[in-house]
Amino acid sequence: MNILNGSAYPNNGVHLNKRHRKAKLFSMLCSLVTWLGVALLGVLLYQVSSDGFKWLDLQFLTSFPSRFPYKAGIKSALVGTLWLISMVAFIAIPIGVATALYLEELSGQGRMNRLIELNISNLAGVPSIVYGIIGLAVFVRGLALERSLVAGALTMSLLILPVIIIASREAIKSVPMSIRHAAFALGATRLQTARDHVLPASYSGILTGVILALSRAIGETAPLIMIGALTYVAFLPEGPMDSFTALPIQIYNWVSRPQQEFHQLAAGGIIVLLAVLLMMNTIAIVIRYKTERKYK
Amino acid sequence: MSLLIPHDIPQAITKHISKPMTEEAVLNLNHVSIKYSDKTAVNDVSFVIAKHKVTSIIGPSGCGKSTLLRSLNRMNDFIPGVSIDGEITFNNQDLYSKGVDAVEVRRRIGMVFQKPNPFPKSIYKNIAWGPSINGFDGSMEELVERSLKQAALWNEVKDRLHESALSLSGGQQQRLCIARALAMEPDILLMDEPCSALDPISTAHIEDLIFELKSRYTIVIVTHNMHQAARISDYTAFMEMGELIEFDVTNEIFTRPKQKRTEEYVTGRFG
Ligand SMILES: Nc1ncnc2c1ncn2[C@@H]1O[C@H](COP(=O)(O)OP(=O)(O)OP(=O)(O)O)[C@@H](O)[C@H]1O
Ligand SMILES: [Mg+2]
Repeated sequence: MNILNGSAYPNNGVHLNKRHRKAKLFSMLCSLVTWLGVALLGVLLYQVSSDGFKWLDLQFLTSFPSRFPYKAGIKSALVGTLWLISMVAFIAIPIGVATALYLEELSGQGRMNRLIELNISNLAGVPSIVYGIIGLAVFVRGLALERSLVAGALTMSLLILPVIIIASREAIKSVPMSIRHAAFALGATRLQTARDHVLPASYSGILTGVILALSRAIGETAPLIMIGALTYVAFLPEGPMDSFTALPIQIYNWVSRPQQEFHQLAAGGIIVLLAVLLMMNTIAIVIRYKTERKYK
Repeated sequence: MSLLIPHDIPQAITKHISKPMTEEAVLNLNHVSIKYSDKTAVNDVSFVIAKHKVTSIIGPSGCGKSTLLRSLNRMNDFIPGVSIDGEITFNNQDLYSKGVDAVEVRRRIGMVFQKPNPFPKSIYKNIAWGPSINGFDGSMEELVERSLKQAALWNEVKDRLHESALSLSGGQQQRLCIARALAMEPDILLMDEPCSALDPISTAHIEDLIFELKSRYTIVIVTHNMHQAARISDYTAFMEMGELIEFDVTNEIFTRPKQKRTEEYVTGRFG
C-alpha cells in the first residue's frame, strides 16, 4: 500500500480492495450462471440419449413412421428436413445477402434505409407462429401452393431472412473502410467494390450468420404445423410441390402419443436432429477455417 | 481535351510565384473551399499543379491537406456532409460539374493512402484487379511486371506473385499500393503521407521512386516531413488553418519564403 502514500488518491487502497472483492464476486456469479446453463443442457442431453440411443439403428433411419413403435422410423422426416433446409438455403441466402449488401454498400444512408433497417430488426423478433400464419395465408392459400415443400420453404425463408440480413450486415460493416477506398481510388464502382472485395472479406461472418439462421429453421415446428405439414407421411417427397413432414414435426407427433415407446422414439428423433445440426456447424467451421486461411 | 497553356493560368494564382510557371498545368484549383457540414476545412485555395512535376502540400496537422488532396479525385464524395465550392479543373474540365463521372475521375487520378491498404488477395491480383474491371485487354502478366518494376518492387516479389499481399512488409505493401495505382496508368498520382508509416529505408525507397516516376506522371504529395518536401518536390504549397499561405517553387519556399508564417513553419521544423 506504500506506493499510494502521498498520492492524490490516499484512500485508493481501501477502495481498490473493495473493487477487487466486487469484481471477484461478480465473476463468480457469472461462472455460476454459465455452469448452471451447461449443467441443465447436460442433464437434458443425458436424458434424451439414455431414452433414445437404444432405438437408434439403421432400421430407425430407413423406415417410415408406423403405428408400431418397433417398426417406426424417421426416414420421411429426415428426408423432408433435408429437402426443406436445402430449399430454404437456396431461397434465403441469396436474398438475404443481396439485401444486406444493398443496404450497406449500394443504397445511400437515407431515411428510407433507416426505416427498412428498423423494420428488419423488429421482424427478427416476431414469434415464429406469426410467420406460420402469413405462410398459410399467402403461400398455402393465396398462391395455392397447398401443403407443399415450396410453401414450407418460403415460410421458413421469411422467418430467417431478418436473421441472415442482420448478421450479414454486421459482417459487411466490419470490413475495413480502407479496402473500399483502395478500390474506389482505382476507378471501381460501388458494385464492383462490393462484389470483389467487401463480399469476399465478409464471407466468414456471413457464413456464421447463415448457419445460425438455418439451424433455427431446422428446429422450428410452429410455422410448419401452422401451414399444415403432414404428421404421418409414408412416402418420400420427389419434388418441391410434394407434401412433406420434417424432423421436429415427427418428434412432436411421437411425443404427443400416450405410449412410452413413442416417447423414446421421439428422443431418438431428437438425437438425429442434433446430429444434423452438428454436421451443419462442422461444415461451417471447416469452410470458415479454409477461407480465413486464404485471407490472412 | 485542350491543354492549359501558361497564360491561361489565372493571375490570382500565379501572382505570388517567384518566376513564371512554364509547365503545362494539369490541375487548376480556383477559389476552392471545402466544408464538413458547417465546419470549413479548406478556405479559398487557388493554385495549379504542373504536369510531370512533383507538387508537395505541407502544413501543420489539421490544416486541411488531406481534405484538399481528396477533393482532387473526388474521394471526398464518400464522406457524408462534405460540400465543395469553387472550381477544380482537370484538363479544362471542372471535376465537380454535373456531367462528370466521379468513377472516371478516379480512374485518371490515382491515389496512395497514408496507411498501406493492399487488398487481402495475392500480390498479382492486387495489381491486376483495377485494370481488369476497367476493361484492360492487353497482356496482364506484362502489365503486372511493368507496374511492379516501376514501383521498384519486382525483384523482391517476382517469385511470390501469388502469395498474399499481406505477407509483405509495410514498406513493400506501400510500394505495392503504388504499383497498383500505376497499373491504371493515371494522369496524376495523389499521395497522402505515403511514408508516414514506414522506416527510413523504406522511405528512401519511395522517395527514389517518386523521383523516377516524375518523368511520366504528375505527382501531388502531402507530407509532414520538411526534408522530404524539399528533396523531392518541384513546387510546394504551404497551408495553415485551411488557407493557402504560400505557393511557390520548392526552393524558394525553403530558402526565401515571402510570408512570415511560412518561414516560421519551415525553419521551426528544420531547427
Ligand atoms: N470526416 C471528417 N468530418 C468532419 N471533419 C473532418 C473530417 N475529416 C477532417 N475533418 C476536419 O477538417 C480539418 C482538416 O482535416 P485534414 O484531415 O484535411 O487535415 P490534415 O492537414 O490532413 O491533417 P494531418 O496532417 O493531421 O493529416 C480538421 O480540422 C479536421 O478535424
Ligand atoms: Mg492528413
